Amino acid sequence: MNHVNSNNLMYDFTPTSKRNLWIVMGIGAILLILGLVFFKPHQACDTHATDAHAAVAPHADAAHAAAKGEAAHDEVAAAGHHGEDYTASLNQRVWANLLVNSFFFGCIALAAVFFYSLQYAAQAAWSVVFMRIFNAVASFLPIGMALIVIILIAGRAHLHHIYHWMDHDVYDVASPKYDAILAHKGAYFNDFFFFGRILIFVAGWVMYQRWATKNALLEDQMTDATNNWKLNLKNSAIFLVFFGFTSSVFVWDVIMSIDAHWYSTLFGWYVFAGMWIGAIITFNMLVIHLKSRDQLEHVNPSHVHDLGKWMFAISFLWTYLWFSQFMLIWYSNIPEEVVYFQQRWEQYRGLFWITMLVNFVFPMILLMARDTKRNKSYLLFVGVLILIFHWCDTYLLVMPGTVSGNWNIGLLEIGMFLLFLGFFTYWILRSLSKAPLLAKNHPFLEESLHHHI
Amino acid sequence: MATKTIYGIYDDEELLVEGAKKLKAARIRVKDVFSPFPIHGIDPIIGVPRTRLAICAFIYGITGTSLAILMTWFMMVSDWPTDVGGKPSMYYYMNWPAFIPVTFELTVFCAGHGMAITYLLRCWLLPGVSPKNPDPRTTDDKFMMQIDARPEQEAEIANILRSTGASEVTIH
Repeated sequence: MNHVNSNNLMYDFTPTSKRNLWIVMGIGAILLILGLVFFKPHQACDTHATDAHAAVAPHADAAHAAAKGEAAHDEVAAAGHHGEDYTASLNQRVWANLLVNSFFFGCIALAAVFFYSLQYAAQAAWSVVFMRIFNAVASFLPIGMALIVIILIAGRAHLHHIYHWMDHDVYDVASPKYDAILAHKGAYFNDFFFFGRILIFVAGWVMYQRWATKNALLEDQMTDATNNWKLNLKNSAIFLVFFGFTSSVFVWDVIMSIDAHWYSTLFGWYVFAGMWIGAIITFNMLVIHLKSRDQLEHVNPSHVHDLGKWMFAISFLWTYLWFSQFMLIWYSNIPEEVVYFQQRWEQYRGLFWITMLVNFVFPMILLMARDTKRNKSYLLFVGVLILIFHWCDTYLLVMPGTVSGNWNIGLLEIGMFLLFLGFFTYWILRSLSKAPLLAKNHPFLEESLHHHI
Repeated sequence: MATKTIYGIYDDEELLVEGAKKLKAARIRVKDVFSPFPIHGIDPIIGVPRTRLAICAFIYGITGTSLAILMTWFMMVSDWPTDVGGKPSMYYYMNWPAFIPVTFELTVFCAGHGMAITYLLRCWLLPGVSPKNPDPRTTDDKFMMQIDARPEQEAEIANILRSTGASEVTIH
């Protein structure tokens, strides 16, 4: 490859960058500690929270009871788990925030693995110049997934109350906490089945990610990588089938089961679209960062344009799925379904609508034109903005079911977000610095270098 | 005064691109290129301005959005307020989520059809019209450059065309 300057292919993770990221993590840690110290259980909001409970939760239970004809049991259950208000506790708030951040950043890495394998399965050439960036973002996967598994195990050990169904009493007819709806789902929430499938999913994804990264580095030593490419094609196709089924079930298990009475069939795709756009934003940010360092000279404006198109397109996919889920539930107005949005409407109305509008309107208006998708300032502005609001989207997935109306985006939330952001960035930049920025033996490299749209 | 039209026919599009670059360097304007498929990178060389089809698409799309809003408002709210699932229908905003799919479809419909029709009109590819293409072989396997030139430039242009690999050069 004559036209690629091989001296400039290593990313240098400079001490200045490291220091800056340590500062971000430090600020995050300080804010987090301040948030913990100054945490006040929502006294002032208590009436509000109780109102919301009165407005939302019993309504849902009544609806269920009416539907199932088991009014007596459910009333007892409602009294049982609304008696002690764990939703206002610091412990619950911290664990729920941990889940928001672990899921948000862990799934960015997961979507990066998906996007990497998609390039092989689609036999795409344009993206070859970005492959090492995809690999670097994917390297966070084991950490993100480990955190999620720890949160699940902690739930099982009753260290927090994120997953109501992890309380075994809800399956026991004799117990005052008995919950007929959850008892129907008992087989699905069986400990062995639940933790078994989670471990299989996570192990499968991490195995593919480790293999793909190792194989990408091996490829640099090969003289002819054609057969290696075919191997990647085969493995990525297998991974995509595995991922297609497991990602959806994983999302039901980790996120949808927070509101265990409720279900939505397209929930998995909706959350998947959210993680996909997160990964695309991260790629865009990394490209802008590397370009500002005068690296990635093999990435031409057409490559940047295409990555910008992905940001535009997946924002639409996300909005499409958000709206599809919302509209069908709003339209049919079935109590056990609509309760999910009712709670968000009662307790999170502003954040709920702003999140949806920002994530839809900003990419649509600002990234519609060809020139803005080639302009680093536009990409940076839209990327940072929707990254924050997709974090808010994840927040809205987790919080209503865990802390109910006792929410607040305060020191604790911002601190933990910054801590995760700093660590996530540190980790992926460190991975990026370990291998050349260009997959020099990829069979499609020449085509990718000539990419022109 | 352009009095002559010169056609240079190539067997390979990469040779044609080289020829176009040479002509550009010699400050000779290529009027048009005919090819069975799009040639990457030829537009800036022969000075084709950026397509305005995207602007048209935007206008058609906005037209579709407006039509759909007007239609759903008139049919479902104004002319014959329709009670669906007991939802109030006195004003448009009360039922707006129900109208989004129609709005989306009409936006896509108008943008898509508008673009296709505009493209066909612009290329004059309509039923019954005779093609502007001067040589039907360029719809199969030949690539042709069309140059309008003054008589005294003829020899120079023909030379450049032949030297860059043109298989045929004709002057009309």
